Amino acid sequence: MTAKRKRKQAGPGTLAGATGAEVFEAMLRAEGVETLFGFPGGAVLPIFDVLYKSPIRFVRSRHEQGAVHMADGYARSTGRVGVALATSGPGATNLVTGLATANMDSVPLVAFTGQVKSFLIGNDAFQEADVTGITRPITKHNYLVKRVEDLGRIVREAFHVARTGRPGPVLVDIAVDATVGTLAGEPDVEPNLPGYRTRWEPNMKQVKAAAEAINAAERPVLYVGGGVVIAGATDALRALSETAQIPVTTTLLGLGTMDESSPLALQMLGMHGTATANYAVQECDLLIAVGARFDDRVTGDIETFAPHAKIIHIDIDPASISKNVDVDIPLVGDAKEILERMNEYVRPQDRAAWGERIADWKQRYPLRYETDGDVRPQELIERLGELTDHDAIVATGVGQHQMWAAQFYGWRRPRQILTSGGLGTMGFGCPSAIGAQAGNPDKTVIDIDGDGSFTMTMVEVITAAQNNLPVKFVVLDNTYLGMVRQWQEMFYGRRYSGVDHVCPDFAAIAEGFGAKGMTVASRDAMDEALRAMLAHDGPVVLHVKVSPEENVYPMVAPGKGLHEVDLGKLA
Amino acid sequence: MKHIISALVQNQPGVLAHVAGMFAARGFNIDSLVVGRTEDPELSRMTIVVIGDDRVLEQVRKQLGKVVPVVKVRDFAATPCVQRDLMLIRVHTPPPKRPEVVELVNLFRGRVVDVARDSVLIELAGTEEKIEAFIDLVRPYGIRELARTGLIAVPRGG
Ligand SMILES: Cc1ncc(C[n+]2csc(CCOP(=O)(O)OP(=O)(O)O)c2C)c(N)n1
Ligand SMILES: [Mg+2]
Repeated sequence: MTAKRKRKQAGPGTLAGATGAEVFEAMLRAEGVETLFGFPGGAVLPIFDVLYKSPIRFVRSRHEQGAVHMADGYARSTGRVGVALATSGPGATNLVTGLATANMDSVPLVAFTGQVKSFLIGNDAFQEADVTGITRPITKHNYLVKRVEDLGRIVREAFHVARTGRPGPVLVDIAVDATVGTLAGEPDVEPNLPGYRTRWEPNMKQVKAAAEAINAAERPVLYVGGGVVIAGATDALRALSETAQIPVTTTLLGLGTMDESSPLALQMLGMHGTATANYAVQECDLLIAVGARFDDRVTGDIETFAPHAKIIHIDIDPASISKNVDVDIPLVGDAKEILERMNEYVRPQDRAAWGERIADWKQRYPLRYETDGDVRPQELIERLGELTDHDAIVATGVGQHQMWAAQFYGWRRPRQILTSGGLGTMGFGCPSAIGAQAGNPDKTVIDIDGDGSFTMTMVEVITAAQNNLPVKFVVLDNTYLGMVRQWQEMFYGRRYSGVDHVCPDFAAIAEGFGAKGMTVASRDAMDEALRAMLAHDGPVVLHVKVSPEENVYPMVAPGKGLHEVDLGKLA
Repeated sequence: MKHIISALVQNQPGVLAHVAGMFAARGFNIDSLVVGRTEDPELSRMTIVVIGDDRVLEQVRKQLGKVVPVVKVRDFAATPCVQRDLMLIRVHTPPPKRPEVVELVNLFRGRVVDVARDSVLIELAGTEEKIEAFIDLVRPYGIRELARTGLIAVPRGG
């Protein structure tokens, strides 16, 4: 064993004689946990008894789904591991959506659930559910702890697995007797993970080959995903882009890795990406994918994707490479390390012709929207960006508003957008914004939400109000599940089925929940409302009545190639 | 193409579920799967026979490598190795037919491990091809019961 691997983490202090619940709490502190999101119940009573006198802040959600999305928003916005706690049975099953959400987006999260006493497991005991069975395919890893002796080590392993490599959620299901039981001696808390690999030494031959390909390319494009955010590789990425004058397009989760005020930024690509980004990908002769996984929402018709390009793919997950497309130069490892090494071999270039081609597309096909007396969601989001100096943390639900937020906020830095990219979880916005505010008390945190999405988890506005978390919830009320309505309009002959609804008075609900409620329904009143909302020092729900049948453009229809982007009626 | 994947895994509760669950969730087809102890009490070996093209197999290997308690993954597709499948098969053999069947057993270097009034129970080990050839030969007599372990494999010259 090397000296490096031997170095031990700060220990939890002596644990001899401690109960399992005390071990749990001490291990959490040793992992640096400051905030815990959760909801109590019978199987976790011993843990809650220890939390009663713990310095760890406990944020009580109103629903376990809220707690796990809060932990997720906390993790995405801070880069630290988010932690959620729930009881057995229904408490645990309520975590499922949140775990799957975090799993798809590689978010480091540890969820703890209580389990019935170990000798009752399998007996259909009260509030028993096979939680490790249920969550196995939607977590990076999971554990069932039956003995207090194993608890410390497993907690440590869970945090290690959650935050390293390609991060992800880890669930630890703890039988009550393991929290009630007492340790006789000092437990071994060192991880025992002989097969778990977190580091891949960059293959320098490949790194040089990639740099040479970049030097030789005439029309390169960087295609950047959430992996760059996770790896903290933003500076290395921007340096590469600047030095070699390579335009950068990002996925939904990669937004913010590029400062969108830069001429090299192409903004998002894919189904609702900018025309410029999609054309650039289709015309490029070299595509450098970093921490992205060629998702079908990004590539469109895979057969016609980037048809002229040689492909370099940098990813920490070997299984992501050559999964959806054939890659010419695969590079497995940490994006930051690989980009930094690659940058040493990349020649400065000006690539004037390619730059002009891109500038021309940008000028011809900017993101656009109509204006009239209605509040246009695109304009509202654009104004929010300006009024917050493009510096807020912004959560979203899923739907049209999510795409407009991605297109119009104007992203400047990583960890700014909190959105469910892979799973597309409606209801993610409200609780994830609350979690982010808990981890970033000095930042402006905004939830740009849809009326449908917000309704799914808006009960957590109570949590924001009662914990003095001044999140600004902007609810875009288009009286529809807009994104589904758009598809019914475009592909199902306008037969609107199951998508219309009447919204409640969100402002009144907000007031009832203990937050400030506001409503705005016209373009003239929009700016003032946004300013008043941002100026208020507590949580606000701003109910915005927007034009109901607005559609998201550009759009690459399903099955079409990226070059077949439909610019909508403003083309 | 058929691939023999050999995975060393931590000998812990749930590891089989982790591996089998991954195969199911990713839509990979398992032809056979054998789990057994190894020389190291902390480790078990899973020998998994998978059918698929190179792309599928590359994903199988990589996804298997990502399962946390999986310590090491090897694909024996291109490695010369000794392969064994063990079969117990009860064949319908009225006494006049018995010598014919026993002769077949001897030719295949199997053993008769139990004799009943009108059947024999045969033990046979070997490659899957050998086992299948034997099954084809005894099928006309009538197969009463059959159990196979699935393939295990160890590289030659290790
Ligand atoms: C939990 C969940 N259920 C269903 C869907 C399918 N879906 C995707 S977008 C959408 C509409 C969202 O409506 P709303 O939140 O009002 O946003 P809008 O599109 O109107 O901006 C639906 C139903 C989903 N993504 N998540
Ligand atoms: Mg809506």
